[in-house]
Amino acid sequence: MKNSLGRWLVPVIGGLAFVFLLVPIAYVFVFSFNDAGRTNLTWRGFTWDNWRNPCGAPEVCSALGNSLQIGATATLIAVVLGTAIAIGLVRYRFKFNATANMLIFLPLATPEVVLGASLLAQFLNVGAELGKGTIIIAHTVFCISFVVVTVKARVASLDPKLEEAAADLYASPMQAFWRVTFPLLLPGIVAAGLLSFAISFDDFIITNFNSGNVDTFPKFIYVAATRGIPAQANVIGSAMFIVALLIVIGGQVLAHRRRKMLAAR
Amino acid sequence: MSVQAAADKTPAPDKRRGGSERGSGELKEERRRGRMGYWLILPGFLFLLLFFVLPVFSLLATSLYAKPPGADIGQFVPALEFNNYVRMLGSYWPELLRSFGFALIATAAALAIGYPMAYLIAVRLRHHALLRGILLVLIIAPFFTSFILRTQAWKQILADEGPVVSVLRTFALLPDDGRLTATAFAVVCGLTYNFLPFMALPIYANLERLDIRLIEAGNDLYASGFTTFRTVTLPLSMPGVIAGTLLTFIPAAGDYINAALLGNNRDTTMIGQVVDSRFFRVVDYPGASALSFVLMLAILALVFIYVRRFGTKELL
Repeated sequence: MKNSLGRWLVPVIGGLAFVFLLVPIAYVFVFSFNDAGRTNLTWRGFTWDNWRNPCGAPEVCSALGNSLQIGATATLIAVVLGTAIAIGLVRYRFKFNATANMLIFLPLATPEVVLGASLLAQFLNVGAELGKGTIIIAHTVFCISFVVVTVKARVASLDPKLEEAAADLYASPMQAFWRVTFPLLLPGIVAAGLLSFAISFDDFIITNFNSGNVDTFPKFIYVAATRGIPAQANVIGSAMFIVALLIVIGGQVLAHRRRKMLAAR
Repeated sequence: MSVQAAADKTPAPDKRRGGSERGSGELKEERRRGRMGYWLILPGFLFLLLFFVLPVFSLLATSLYAKPPGADIGQFVPALEFNNYVRMLGSYWPELLRSFGFALIATAAALAIGYPMAYLIAVRLRHHALLRGILLVLIIAPFFTSFILRTQAWKQILADEGPVVSVLRTFALLPDDGRLTATAFAVVCGLTYNFLPFMALPIYANLERLDIRLIEAGNDLYASGFTTFRTVTLPLSMPGVIAGTLLTFIPAAGDYINAALLGNNRDTTMIGQVVDSRFFRVVDYPGASALSFVLMLAILALVFIYVRRFGTKELL
């Protein structure tokens, strides 16, 4: 039967895709236990040392700290500005709607080298000093677009009658927003924030153009790659992966339990 | 055919606001809310204007700068030096074409892998909320390991003395002096790998909203699984496919990490590497800017044609 082919083809390809996605992470994780010495290229024996002392390699932890700080700040700004844009674009009609949508789409349609190079050209022309501030600005630009796209879908699926009902019950527009609209948008906003933080945390190209001599985690690894990446970088990469996984899966499990409890009632 | 018709007839979700009968007080309220809309979008758009639109013009201006005779390294004066474009395109058109070629192959491969991935989570596992959530997280979580670390891991997995090459050589699938790293093949694989999440997520977001009853209707009407997919599922998921292919192709065309780590310096150089080295090694800001600008225009042109040909209005 033809149907049976599709029946197993999708899970097999899909499953293999996940293996493909996770193989390098498994590799990074295994080699975080390597008794590596200076270069972490070949297996030299098992050790806990790297995990006991993740900041052992010079500068790796300060680079990580910078990345976390930049990611959090850029995400915060992007979520606030982007959510407002998403609500505005879905709920209100503008004369220049098409232009507005275009302006949101363009940063996504611009390759990172171009985005990085154009900001660098701008910063050079106005004589701005490159550093954390310029990295945060650069990251916020592409994060806003991701936030708008993600939150917009959520706003569009929201029934405006809910807000009108709140208004009928004498809620002020502010009350209606914070008590009705915002909680309903929250899952979309959280997803957008997570995506935005992940992309900022992992960005290298735009950062490389606008960072001056400030190191971020990806930049640290890229620079280290030429002379051997210390095993501590593997420790931090693995730890970040595990923490992200635990936080989100924890959230999923809680949400799942709540759904079950509500269903049981 | 009937399957297609069934798909067409599903009512679109009603997005209209409120009723049609409004008093004059409501009209005033409406106008006030209209002004409120501008206040909502203003700060974000000012930010984008200042740090996206203006810099693009800065890039354009810089691409026309000239180097005055006897100037220091990195010193340029405003000018209209169109020769920068001629100079750059004349030297680097192969890298530009190669970047688009690599990005195109990687996008096709990512679609072939990413679509089943998204379909598996969004449709097959629709009623397994927890498993679905976990698989979804596994698509995003790799970002936290840093893609350079993962690309470097591929480099070591596929290295000449690594496990994959020795297995392939044992089974004579690779000649004894054959290698995987430092080849165009490795660069394309790296691009496919790194941008796979950007393909899978938009398709997932689209398939998640797909009404499974449409697929069931297709099966009830004795369409084969493939026919149902071709006439119902795929057309309905086109907005996701278009978003995914764009979000994969665009960054892949401008990427240079994969080419730098997995390629060689002869026949895998991509345009991003050239822009980077023009900026930072050669310190030729006008040249680098000109190349960036050409890349941007070329991509916008391709995107425009692509969206015109396949596009829907609900791109975003």
